[in-house]
Amino acid sequence: MKYLGIEPKRLRFAVFEFTGCEGCELQLANKEETLLAFLMAIDVIDFREVSSARNGEYDVALVDGAISRADEVERLREIRRRAKVLVALGSCACFGGVNRMKNACDLEEANREVYGDHPKETLPTRAIHEVVPVDLKIPGCPVSKAEVERIVQHLLFEVPYQFPVYPVCLECKQRFTVCLFDRGQLCLGPITRGGCDAPCPAGGLGCWGCRGQAAEANIDEFQSIARERGHSEREIAERMGFFGGFEEHS
Amino acid sequence: MKIDLNVDVHHLTRVEGHGNIHVRVRDGRVVDARWDVVETPRFFEVMLKGKHYTTAGILSARICGICSIGHCLASVRATESAFGVEIPAAARKLRLLAKHGETLQSHFLHLFFLAAPDFLGAPSVLPLVEKAPEAVRLALRLKGAGNRLCDAVAGRTTHPVSLQVGGVAVLPPRARLLALRDELERTLPDLAAAADLIAGFEVPGFERETEYVSLLGEEEYPFIGGQLVSSDGVERAEHQYREMTNEYVVESGTSKWCRLSRPSFAVGPLARFNNNHELLHPEAKKLAARLGLEAPCHNPFMAHVARLVECVHVTHDTIRLLEELVDLGEAQTMVKVTPRAGEGVGAVEVPRGILYHHYMYDDDGRIMRANCVIPTTQNNANIHHDLPVLAERFAVEGMTDEKLELLCSMLVRSYDPCISCSVH
Ligand code: NI
Repeated sequence: MKYLGIEPKRLRFAVFEFTGCEGCELQLANKEETLLAFLMAIDVIDFREVSSARNGEYDVALVDGAISRADEVERLREIRRRAKVLVALGSCACFGGVNRMKNACDLEEANREVYGDHPKETLPTRAIHEVVPVDLKIPGCPVSKAEVERIVQHLLFEVPYQFPVYPVCLECKQRFTVCLFDRGQLCLGPITRGGCDAPCPAGGLGCWGCRGQAAEANIDEFQSIARERGHSEREIAERMGFFGGFEEHS
Repeated sequence: MKIDLNVDVHHLTRVEGHGNIHVRVRDGRVVDARWDVVETPRFFEVMLKGKHYTTAGILSARICGICSIGHCLASVRATESAFGVEIPAAARKLRLLAKHGETLQSHFLHLFFLAAPDFLGAPSVLPLVEKAPEAVRLALRLKGAGNRLCDAVAGRTTHPVSLQVGGVAVLPPRARLLALRDELERTLPDLAAAADLIAGFEVPGFERETEYVSLLGEEEYPFIGGQLVSSDGVERAEHQYREMTNEYVVESGTSKWCRLSRPSFAVGPLARFNNNHELLHPEAKKLAARLGLEAPCHNPFMAHVARLVECVHVTHDTIRLLEELVDLGEAQTMVKVTPRAGEGVGAVEVPRGILYHHYMYDDDGRIMRANCVIPTTQNNANIHHDLPVLAERFAVEGMTDEKLELLCSMLVRSYDPCISCSVH
């Protein structure tokens, strides 16, 4: 990953996963067109899902998943102690993600329903920043590999990364995607932080808000327009609560 | 000679999710051998309760970052069966294409990134980036083609967006379908090169007679829906999946276990191959013969070969489907859906084996009860029962803790377990 022939510094990366589907880590091995350049620009020293090598010290820890058990709290604290930079990777790490919906249930009852007479240990789901300090949050379910690449470039060249302030709507316009909100689907595009390149509306699905709230989003106005268009209070609340990215509003 | 061996693997690497291996051999006899799943449970079946049918597929895809397309397909199929919805023919083709894309990307991820390092004596694929860049590029072309197929048909590889109750939301433009066909055709020589690579792998000589469970193909190698079959002769309809899976909770781990005619059974590429090999594409059959894969095969390590054989079949089938879709032209891909009270089951062959979603709906199209039975959940007991037999077989002179640890790890990896998925 040279720029104008100049070799950037090499950083040691480690990847760790907690409560989640590991889909965000998987994105690190996707986008095959640029994967070789990506892997050659960094030193991946600890990444259990793809490597048996374990080498100790690292500069950047990418943490995928939410926290929902006592042993995870301990592991996370140890990672925080050893990492110079700790990055929350994906909506589970940033907000708790879909796992957070579990918190609305009685956990003992949930346990009985799934495991009967052999309940398993479980805690209310927390985002990474609710347990240890986080230096950078990359939201998305899953994260956009293109955005992860951009952020890694900034880390290598020591230039701060500026997340887009505009909403997903703008990216639909750029792609010429026909507006699904106008066509009657509920879509959180107007209030959700852009940067994903709006794949969901392009695939025929309104935005579910996995990247959390856009800067300066007018939530009240959006909700009143959505209600006017016939979306129920319940539908809007469920949608905004889905990934935990609009916590203060749901 | 006294043979004592100890294997303790905490959080096995190069698998999805968290599991531990524990083996003790004393005087050449196995005194303990365990596969423990320690993944944190997420309680998806509880979170699905009360969800609207339009949300079920989106939520349940999040059960797994690798087989999210399979989960979404099983989910929408369960819902459509509950509502009595028939999807258009073009949507059926698109869904199978999405399924094929997932099979390709997942199988190649496993073969090259997760399994191959064991056979090449490397800790991961990463050192190979510099040592064997050609092989890595080959892997990336093959895996990339699968991902691009998913992107085009499902809107995204991980957590699909276009696979919805009633069909598929978007029909990709003709030019994109043709470009995909061309790309898949260009991977045919890459598949041959991958076969040469895998032909050089030293597959451990190990067999344990096993019951294999899969969908039963009628005219085509099965992927989405149909009869359920076991190699011990059990046959059931899709909605009778509970009689095939018999899930039960174990004290020791967070994944449930399953059983059928024996203490455990296996699902996955080997099960599909054993039960349906006659329906494979001729090129896939040819490759199986060349690589020594013959039904019934009871060597779990041969699942790697079965994966590649399936990739050859799927690539040819993808080319056929893409051409059929181009010939169809502008076709309807969605039907109107009217929810109603009822229940439905969706069974789908995902990369690691047969997956079931089962929902019970109320009048408003909201879920009252949900049950998901995951392939790795079905395999976990079988892995556990393989371990002592494997350890016994290799507890011979010259065996070391390190070598046995590698063999046990390779055994677990041969199932390509999706552990967080199995716990969900
Ligand atoms: Ni899975």
